[in-house]
Formats: sequence, structure tokens, C-alpha cells
Amino acid sequence: MKLTDISGTFGQWLSGTGPLAEVVLSSRIRLARNLAGHRFVNRCTSEEKAQILETLREVLLSIELTEERFFVEIDQASDLTRSFLVERHLISRHHAMGKGPRGAVIAKGEYFTGMINEEDHLRLQVLMSGCQLGRCAELINQIDDMIERRVEYAFHPRFGYLTACPTNVGTGIRVSVMLHLPCLKMVGHLDRFLNAARDMNLAVRGLFGEGTEAIGDLYQVSNQVTLGVSEQDLVRQSEQNIIPEIVEYENAARRKLLADQQETIDDKIARATALLQSAQLVSSHEALTLLSHLRLGISMRRCLGASTPAIDRLCGLFGHDPCKDTKAIEVLNRLLLTTLPAHLQLNYGKALETYQRDALRAKIIRAALGGGS
Amino acid sequence: MHCQICKKNAATIHLTEISEGHRTELHLCESCAIQQGIAAKTHISVKDLLAGLLASQPSEEELFGPEVADKACPVCGFRITSLNKEGLMGCPHDYEVFEDVLVLILERAHDGKSRHIGKVPSRAGQGTKRALELARLKEQLKAAVRDEQYELAARLRDQIQQLEGKCQGGMPS
Ligand SMILES: [Zn+2]
Ligand SMILES: [Zn+2]
Repeated sequence: MKLTDISGTFGQWLSGTGPLAEVVLSSRIRLARNLAGHRFVNRCTSEEKAQILETLREVLLSIELTEERFFVEIDQASDLTRSFLVERHLISRHHAMGKGPRGAVIAKGEYFTGMINEEDHLRLQVLMSGCQLGRCAELINQIDDMIERRVEYAFHPRFGYLTACPTNVGTGIRVSVMLHLPCLKMVGHLDRFLNAARDMNLAVRGLFGEGTEAIGDLYQVSNQVTLGVSEQDLVRQSEQNIIPEIVEYENAARRKLLADQQETIDDKIARATALLQSAQLVSSHEALTLLSHLRLGISMRRCLGASTPAIDRLCGLFGHDPCKDTKAIEVLNRLLLTTLPAHLQLNYGKALETYQRDALRAKIIRAALGGGS
Repeated sequence: MHCQICKKNAATIHLTEISEGHRTELHLCESCAIQQGIAAKTHISVKDLLAGLLASQPSEEELFGPEVADKACPVCGFRITSLNKEGLMGCPHDYEVFEDVLVLILERAHDGKSRHIGKVPSRAGQGTKRALELARLKEQLKAAVRDEQYELAARLRDQIQQLEGKCQGGMPS
């Protein structure tokens, strides 16, 4: 199995299924682990890193998981490959831009990735669609147990799992969700959301670029405290309280706009549809912004049963059968990724100029919206 | 990697800006990012944690005492000043060498907590497992008392006493 096998296909995490999928694109849990008896990555010589890489590569490829896995030697990979993996959420930007021997073991279906020699010796990640943190936690715990039978982790009786950065110590767990929150911004409640998140010790960042004004209205929310709290409590709290509350906040904004200012929503959806159906050049920024409005339209139909002229027309593009709406969400989730620069180029098979990328992006979106070429 | 704005601090915030099809990467330190209005709230940097501690105290030596400021890890050479510079520890052993100082830093980062109550590796010794179970029960007891769940609190107290008996008082409080 190779990287090209996944560039044309998609992980389950983009399927638009799972609880609260109208707002929660995906759930992710990450564990930071280090091997006992080694210095942390930032103090390792190249030889020590190579040794750790070899040990963990062998373990991650041989533990008994049903999913087929493959290994990418990140330090030998091309810039395009690294950017692709970052866009796909399979490795971190930090890992892509690191130094020295490092790699990633990636499971087919993209449920699971192990980054070796990122900031810590091992960063495990499990990724699923919708709000499924409990299932993510279960799977990553099993994988962690399997690895732990083969290697000795650095562990301290008081501080727990030891990590290079003290902000990750203890459980080493980072629980995060990717959220689509277009209406919180439209009703001007984004600040309230950010303040509430801060009070709950959550970190919020825009998935793409410019901070609070996240392009495409996509946000990543994650826990900051990793010590003095159990994994189960963190996961349970996120899945049962925090995330549903944020989703309800967004849905309340959607219902309010639909009731009081239907034209505001309809205008955005109608313009986005018309533009993307006919534009010949579309930049990344424009694509993310407009696709966000389409995704909003489809998900308002699916979870609120909304019917407006623009939403009806948009849903019609994907077929009038209501169960097509989930399929439509999946198409849009995928377009958000496939139209990013590294995805475009890897799927096209070679490097493209900005102008060529914008043309290709426009063409892919037109085709997905049923407009042919 | 250094921050692209101040060219001094380590860059901890990495952004990709896409405008008109151009992809530019931005690598900033926390404080420059906040000044630029970019960081809403990212993960707290160790630098900020130390800065908070150091604000009232001019130097590591004055804060932690000369023994700590001069101390170096025999395995990797890590000093507490390296944490300020790099934001990272050097090796697992540092957590033992600097345990007392780390308690202060960790409490700032983790909402006042400095004791792990989560998962324990299966190969950890019985003593470690019991100590962590005890810490977990004490945490639950605190929460039960706070939430006025007195029946639960009583049950937890019994469990704690039982476990403490097994440990023969040899556990850290
Ligand atoms: Zn700076
Ligand atoms: Zn050390």
C-alpha cells in the first residue's frame, strides 16, 4: 500500500456521517508518548532519532490491527507529499517541517496515524467522522495498549506519561473536533463562543489561516489540560456536554436566521451556488468560503428540514431524495480538501502554477455540482 | 525555527494563509501572533507560564534558588533556563531532577493540577498503580464534596482508607 492509494480515495472521517455531523466534521484523539531511556526528540542526535524511528516503525506496522498500514519516511518525502499529508490531517505541520529522521505510519481508511519523532517520539492519532470521541478513545486506547506491550514508555508516578512539552504531560491526550460554525459568525456571536471556550479551558483555532476570522468557518476545538484529569472524564465531558452545547449554539443561530432573516441565508447560498457552478477560476480562499455556504445549505435541510428557494435549488443538484443530503455533505466535505493546493497537484500528478490550480479547482467543483465541464 | 516578526522567540504558531491562490506560510511566536490579532487562544506556551512566574521575580535564580538555577540533568544537560528558551524538556529524567519546580509550572498549565490520575501503563509496578488509584479517588472525593454528593463522598472515603491501609502509609499525599 502506498501514498497514491489514499490521494484518490477518502477516509471514513470525511463521510459526513456520525452524530451531529451537520456541525461536527470530524473527531480526533491524539496521544503523546515517549520511550523510556531516550532523550526527547529535540535533544536527540540523528543516530538516536534513526534508532527510535526504526523501533517504532516496526512496532506500528506489526501490531495486530485489522487495517492495512503503510509507512511514509517524512524526511525523504517531497514537499508536495508532506503538504498533502498536512492538508489531509494525517501529519502535523510541525512534523512536516521538522528535522532529521522521522516518519508516519498511516492506516488505510485513515482511522489511525502514528507520527514518529514529531515533538515526542510517538504521537498516535485516531480520526473519525462526526462526534464520535468515545469510539476514538476506545480505539486509541487499544492501540496504545498493544504498543505498550512491545516498548517501555517514559512514565512518572506523579506526572504520568512524560512529554517533551510540560503542557502535554499526564495523560498526553488531546481531544479535538473540527466544527463548521458559519451562523455563529453571521449573528455576531463568535466572540461569545470564543470566551465561553476559554472559560472551559478549551483552545480554539481557525482551521485555515487568519485566526478568529477562520476561512470557511471551520474551527478546531481542543482541551488544554492534560494532567489531573482522567482520559474518560475528558472524553465524556467533551462528547456529552461541551460539543453538543456548541452545536446547539450554532443550530440556534441557524434557526434564528431562518426565521428572522431568511434572505440573508438564502442570498449567501444562492450566490455561492451560482458562482461555483459557472466560475472558471477559483482561488483556495474563495473555494473554502463558498463551499462553506453550500455545506450550510445542505446541512440546514438535513437537520432542520429547511426549505427555501436557494436551499431547494442546491439540494436539487444532488438529487431530490432526502437521503442524498448525507451524500451531499460528504461531497462537500471532500471538496473542502480536494481543492486545497497539494491535493490538487498530487491528484493531477504534477506541480501546477497558481493559475492552473485555480482553473482545475473551478473545474472540479463545477463537475461535483453537476455542471459537467 | 524563529518567529518571522520578532526574529527572536521560537515560532510556536504556524499558519497557512491562502489569498488569491497564493499560499504563504507564517511562523510566529505566541506574543507576536496575539499582537497581530491572529491567535484567539492557542495552547498556552511554556514561555508564558514561566513569564507568569517570573514577572514578579527577575530571575530563575531568585525564583527557584541558586541550587535549581545551577542544577543540570546528568543525562541530557537540561537546565530550567532551557525550558524558557526552548519551551521543551530535554529527557524523561528531567521530570525527576526538577520535580519541585515542575509542580509549580504544571499547576499553572493544568488548572491547578500536578498529579496524574489517568491511564497507567500495564507494566508499571503495583505501587505506582495503587498510588495513582489513590490520587484518582481523592480527586473524585473532592468533586463529590464540591457537588454535595455526600453519600458518594462517604463511599469514596472508605475506599481511600482501605487502599491506604494496603499501602501501609508509604504513599505520597
Ligand atoms: Zn515573535
Ligand atoms: Zn535530562
